[in-house]
Amino acid sequence: MASEDRAAAGVTREEGSLGHQRIAFTVMVVLFVLAPFVFYPVFLMKALTFALFACAFNLLIGFGGLLSFGHAMFLGTAGYVCAHAAKEWGFNPEFAILFGTGASALLGIVTGLLAIRRQGIYFAMITLALAQMIFFFYVQTPFTKGEDGIQAVPRGMLFGAIDLSRPLAMYFFVLVIFLAGFLLIYRIIHSPFGQVLKAIRENEPRAISLGYRTDQYKLLAFVLSATLAGLAGATKALVFQLASLTDVHWTMSGEVVLMTLLGGLGTVFGPVVGAFIIITMENYLAALGQWVTVIQGAIFVACVLAFRRGIIGELGHWLKKPL
Amino acid sequence: MPEAVRIVDEPIAGAGTVPLLAVSGLNAWYGESHILHGVDFGIAEGEVVTLLGRNGAGKTTTLKSIMGMVERRQGSIRFAGTETIGLPSNRIARSGIAFCPEERGIFASLNVKENLLLPPQVGPGGLSVDQVFELFPNLKERQASQGTKLSGGEQQMLAIGRILRTGARLLLLDEPTEGLAPVIVQQIRRTIERIKAQGFTILLVEQNFRFAATVADRHYVMENGRVVDMIPNAELESNLQKVHDYLGV
Repeated sequence: MASEDRAAAGVTREEGSLGHQRIAFTVMVVLFVLAPFVFYPVFLMKALTFALFACAFNLLIGFGGLLSFGHAMFLGTAGYVCAHAAKEWGFNPEFAILFGTGASALLGIVTGLLAIRRQGIYFAMITLALAQMIFFFYVQTPFTKGEDGIQAVPRGMLFGAIDLSRPLAMYFFVLVIFLAGFLLIYRIIHSPFGQVLKAIRENEPRAISLGYRTDQYKLLAFVLSATLAGLAGATKALVFQLASLTDVHWTMSGEVVLMTLLGGLGTVFGPVVGAFIIITMENYLAALGQWVTVIQGAIFVACVLAFRRGIIGELGHWLKKPL
Repeated sequence: MPEAVRIVDEPIAGAGTVPLLAVSGLNAWYGESHILHGVDFGIAEGEVVTLLGRNGAGKTTTLKSIMGMVERRQGSIRFAGTETIGLPSNRIARSGIAFCPEERGIFASLNVKENLLLPPQVGPGGLSVDQVFELFPNLKERQASQGTKLSGGEQQMLAIGRILRTGARLLLLDEPTEGLAPVIVQQIRRTIERIKAQGFTILLVEQNFRFAATVADRHYVMENGRVVDMIPNAELESNLQKVHDYLGV
């Protein structure tokens, strides 16, 4: 009898932790729905696209244990392809975003096949090298318009009906994309596939000896992460009506590492919080110029030395609930 | 050479059937270190066989070689008539061999039930989760606990329970009783007896030959990377002095 009670308590505990995440998710949605009536929508949209980018990155490192140092290539590629499709070919915004995202997925398959053969520092260096190759390709190729980037990208009419040049319409479109991406990642990490990924992160030889071809799982995680990073990049290009070299530069790959670490590696909500903090600093401390980078560096050092779980990781640890 | 060495691919002495697993001339290396120097033995279907020997004799390396987890290996390992020496570890697992390592390999970020459900089904005849919980009631109580929060005994039960679910026919257990309380050792002994009765074949590495004697049909003795002797369990009592010499106890 006692054992049944304890088993029941265990089940409730598990549901309790998921219930906690549901509450956190609801709070997040309510905040995002109310936010554009208080804050500048373009700033919020920028933060949301970076939050999705960081969540995509976190899927790979937080749950697959793979540190990519070239994720900017997926953000930037989707941005360029989406911007080109919308501006030159007159694609509707939804198709332009899908097209850009698809381009990043393809790039993810090709680069993933090369990169996942190695681990740790070698994986990071291969992804960095591939991202640098992609960067120089975009510097040289005419369709990206070099230093100028693809400018004045039309936001267009969503489904031919909703005018996205209205800031609030665009904001809620971005919010829906972000939430869809966020929920997809949540679904992935709680699926059997996600559990195999966690097992691989923890003890890859053991996962192999239980019968898993871990390379396939790592490749799929890499491609999913690249695709969602692409979704963020394509959306960002429509938000700013611009696709530029900034988004494929290696510093962008570094920034997403910082966002994820600050918020909490391997947590569900951490990358969102990390992205909002970094973007807020960049926006509101812009007057300090280059000093923003110094402040970010100091925060990074403090984070690694003092609270390695990140903000949400520490909060979850303190509450004894995974967030 | 003792007679144990010659039985490969022939009917096994004392078992009378063609082996489910036949290892012959197995050599293995870790980097430059040559660990196994031609290991030969066989196990018949439904048998429980132990590898006895001192530390460093090559028992764990033999299990890892069978499982394909040692990079450099030579010789022959035939499982159910199929050569597996060149196969990667995941294919060997899918062919129906499951390994329970000494360090147990519980995934700390998954809870008990998720750990149980993680390994893929490799064949028919595996236990259901409820049957595993029936064998190990402690696990049922703790099914929502994270892998890190289990005691050593619970981790061992989970590590064994996890591979019983897969439907693998041959179980490789590396020191399942090491460091555990006597009451847990008894539970693991009963488990081995029950799964043996259900037709599983078990290769057990043990330092504790008193425990081995309670569950095994036969014992192979390893020394310096070779199998040097085979003792049927019925003759263990009369060979105690020899066993003591082998194990240095």
